[in-house]
Amino acid sequence: MSQNRPDQSGFQRWLLNWHIDAMLLGLIIMVLALGLFVLYSASGESSAAVSSQLKRITLGLVVMLALAQVNPDTFRAFAPWLYAFGLILLVLVLLLGDTAKGAQRWLDLGVIRFQPSELMKLAVPMVLAGFMHARTLPPKLRTIAAGSTLIVVPAALIMQQPDLGTALMIAISGGFVLYMAGLRWRFIGGLVLAGAAALPLLWSQMHGYQRERVLTFLNPARDPGGAGYHITQSKVAIGSGGLFGKGWLNGTQAQLDFLPESATDFIFAVYAEEVGLLGVLLLLVLYLAIVGRGLFISVKGQDSFQRLLAGSLSLVFFFYVFVNIGMVIGLLPVVGVPLPLISWGGTSMVSLLAGMGVLMSIHTHRRLLSS
Amino acid sequence: MAEIKSLKNPLAERQLTLFRAVIAGLGVVALTLVLVGRLLQLQVVDHDVYATRSDDNRMRVRIIAPARGLVYDRNGIVLAENLPTYQLEIVPEQVEDVEGTVTALAELIDIPDRDRERFYRRVDQEPGFRSIPLRTRLTPQEVATFEVNRQDFEGVEIHAALTRRYPLGRLAAHAVGYVGSLSETDVAALDPRRYRGTQRIGKVGVEAAHESLLHGDPGSKIIEANAQGRTLRDLQYQGPTAGENLFLTLDAKIQEAAVTALGQHDGAVVAVDPNNGDILALVSQPSFDPHLFVDGIDYVTYAGLNADPGRPLFNRALQGQYPPGSTVKPVMALAGLQAGVVTPRHREMCIGFFMLPDNERRYRDWKRRGHGLVDMHDAIAQSCDVYFYQLALDIGIDTIHDFLSGFGLGQALGVDLPGEKPGLLPSRDWKRATRNETWYPGETLNVGIGQGFMTTTPLQLAHMTAMVAVRGRGYRPRILAAKQLPGSEDVIEFEPTPVAPVHLNDPHYWDRIAESMEAVMHTAQGTATRSGADASYRIAGKSGTAQVTGLSQEDDEAPDLLDVPRELRDHALFVAYAPSDAPTIAVAVIAEHAGSGGRIAGPIARAVMDARLEPTP
Repeated sequence: MSQNRPDQSGFQRWLLNWHIDAMLLGLIIMVLALGLFVLYSASGESSAAVSSQLKRITLGLVVMLALAQVNPDTFRAFAPWLYAFGLILLVLVLLLGDTAKGAQRWLDLGVIRFQPSELMKLAVPMVLAGFMHARTLPPKLRTIAAGSTLIVVPAALIMQQPDLGTALMIAISGGFVLYMAGLRWRFIGGLVLAGAAALPLLWSQMHGYQRERVLTFLNPARDPGGAGYHITQSKVAIGSGGLFGKGWLNGTQAQLDFLPESATDFIFAVYAEEVGLLGVLLLLVLYLAIVGRGLFISVKGQDSFQRLLAGSLSLVFFFYVFVNIGMVIGLLPVVGVPLPLISWGGTSMVSLLAGMGVLMSIHTHRRLLSS
Repeated sequence: MAEIKSLKNPLAERQLTLFRAVIAGLGVVALTLVLVGRLLQLQVVDHDVYATRSDDNRMRVRIIAPARGLVYDRNGIVLAENLPTYQLEIVPEQVEDVEGTVTALAELIDIPDRDRERFYRRVDQEPGFRSIPLRTRLTPQEVATFEVNRQDFEGVEIHAALTRRYPLGRLAAHAVGYVGSLSETDVAALDPRRYRGTQRIGKVGVEAAHESLLHGDPGSKIIEANAQGRTLRDLQYQGPTAGENLFLTLDAKIQEAAVTALGQHDGAVVAVDPNNGDILALVSQPSFDPHLFVDGIDYVTYAGLNADPGRPLFNRALQGQYPPGSTVKPVMALAGLQAGVVTPRHREMCIGFFMLPDNERRYRDWKRRGHGLVDMHDAIAQSCDVYFYQLALDIGIDTIHDFLSGFGLGQALGVDLPGEKPGLLPSRDWKRATRNETWYPGETLNVGIGQGFMTTTPLQLAHMTAMVAVRGRGYRPRILAAKQLPGSEDVIEFEPTPVAPVHLNDPHYWDRIAESMEAVMHTAQGTATRSGADASYRIAGKSGTAQVTGLSQEDDEAPDLLDVPRELRDHALFVAYAPSDAPTIAVAVIAEHAGSGGRIAGPIARAVMDARLEPTP
């Protein structure tokens, strides 16, 4: 028996050889597996939806593992090129992108349709981390100003598509890099104030449906049949799930089509309805573990680039979780942010797993100095 | 200082990011706790609220309307029933090309434009999975035609629905009544819980009077539906309770005989059983087809019925208030005997007219040459007006009013049918109260022969005759005899309701009057001898010819019937009961503007009594 047990150190060596972080991978697989079960239910027991999601997961995992093989220094070196390439694509999208659901986000590359904004989710924190890496930390005012420009330009382009949610996420990912770089608290406070002051400007730039979402968030009863319907039905789904849930495939809100977008942005409501608070806590623990592992990787990073990038990627991952769940439970306005690793469709699955790949790369390419 | 700061310090930078990561970690935990707090509120604290709302979302209550009770005549002949009718319905969702399908169907089955318009309007308005009727009331041939070709029409189906049918149709429309669509007034008056899901309500006749028995109680079904309203499954079912079946006092055979006998005349026939008040026949002509209302009457047809000068919707039997004419003479004679102003042997000289003292006006007898010396018996048999002028004058109007009230005149009898009118039995008080005028003796004379202010309904005349037939006892007229609870074989009979009897000082007076009324039918002098001829039973009757207008009393020449426009001609009336020794039927007939009561209305009454008493050939 003991002879047949796989050689622990050999397995670890194999993992290290392929630059895989076992803990991160394990947590990711668990969330993905949960996600497939929820999706099967949320999609009305559609195996087609599950298999298309499986393809997307496979692609994401391949990208993740591929990126894990790349040395972080290479990321740092290529980040400016990636960023520049992304900017060009964003401009192209605005000029000749496909329109889906009233917004121009897609670029048809002949073989695959592609959202360049997803590329920027990696490129922005990377180029910013690289930029900070070359400077002394905490950053000076000039550095901050230059770094902010790196954030604002792509964010502004994405807002024109319009895709407020993604623009926000990209700005946040850059913001987390600045935060990890030691942006002084008074700057952070100033930014928050400036942000508050800029709200009217943001409001004037918003499209009608975006304003509608905000107004509805502030008062869901304003339009219970229309814009408030999502959030009302979502709260009913979650609340009726109770402590133990209605059981897998038995969530009436989701199964009877009362819950809109149940497989995509509102899939958390399906999950919460069917598995209850206990299942929700399990999912939150898994998410927290992933974020915690990411922050741990950040702390263990060997240079500023690695630490800032890993920190940003981890915090962005958490931000997705917080914004999506916050939206679904009525704490935040409805913005189109998917639930990480669970929501159906979109390129977010691939970009998030790619981020995980970068985390693995950072953690598994350490030169072991102290042994 | 500035130089030191600008130098890269890897250790310090590492400390800085570590510190920042720890702060971020704490932030992540804090924000997660915010989420957990909110989830606790939703899923634990407010769980009941949301669970209820979730159930409200998915569960719908569908009301199942009860089947309306059936109506039978006294012999079990169906008067109102629920028959399945077939309608063609399309589920637009299951049909590829709706318009093409309708066009193809139109080649098999006639589909009027009106139906098509209504169909397309509903297709636009309602969800695609709902079945929408295209044609209602398919004939058996149309059903067969469709069934043969149904494989070509996926998504098209024939559905059966229950519709109220009245086998006697217009023969009993006024008695049985009809159901029609609920009006706003109906909705305001009824119990909303019992009428959830009900489309039609009794409007007139028995259908209206006994609505509460006929209706039944709705059942319900709780179903699970999705957000689009599509039914997924039944969660709970409670069947409806059908309405109670009613057995009427009507006899379809007598009803038909009455309609046939009345023929082309406008008018009414009411026949009652004197022994219990049972209404055996209740006819008002012209009539109408009750099914017009069941199917939902269109405006043009309804306006046409209302504008018809014959007033087919007007129930003359209960609501027509006619001067009773000479039909009132038997009870008038009883009034005189009871008041003690005459004895049966008392005689009057009839010279063809009557004059009040100190007055030039001549109150004419219908027979210009007069009846000569007549006693009470002759006066009734020959219908001498002069005798009754004197008699009424001797009795006095208030005594007449009080005595005749005992026979139900001048008041609603309380029959279990809607819309009954009271007629008018005048008195001094009445005239003072309504007109603020004093009573003139000449007006008493007119009342003495059932004219002037006095009006009665055909139902009142039948009731009055029935009370005479059974010597002053009487029963409130009724049309409902018994009921049958749903699902039960037992029939629950209702007891007849007696009215206050009329007692005479000398009960033999009843016999005197009965003999006189028999003489009307069976003696040579009688005004209706031809109607009484060849009967296998003895009849007691009285004719009446009521003046419609005030054709001048002074006009010496009685107008020839055919010279007068129809609407000014006299009404022909007749009351009778039979067999005279043990009466089982009392009849009142009025034929509007038909002339002589004895000649026209008498044979109608005879035919009605034959239907009850003669063995069917």
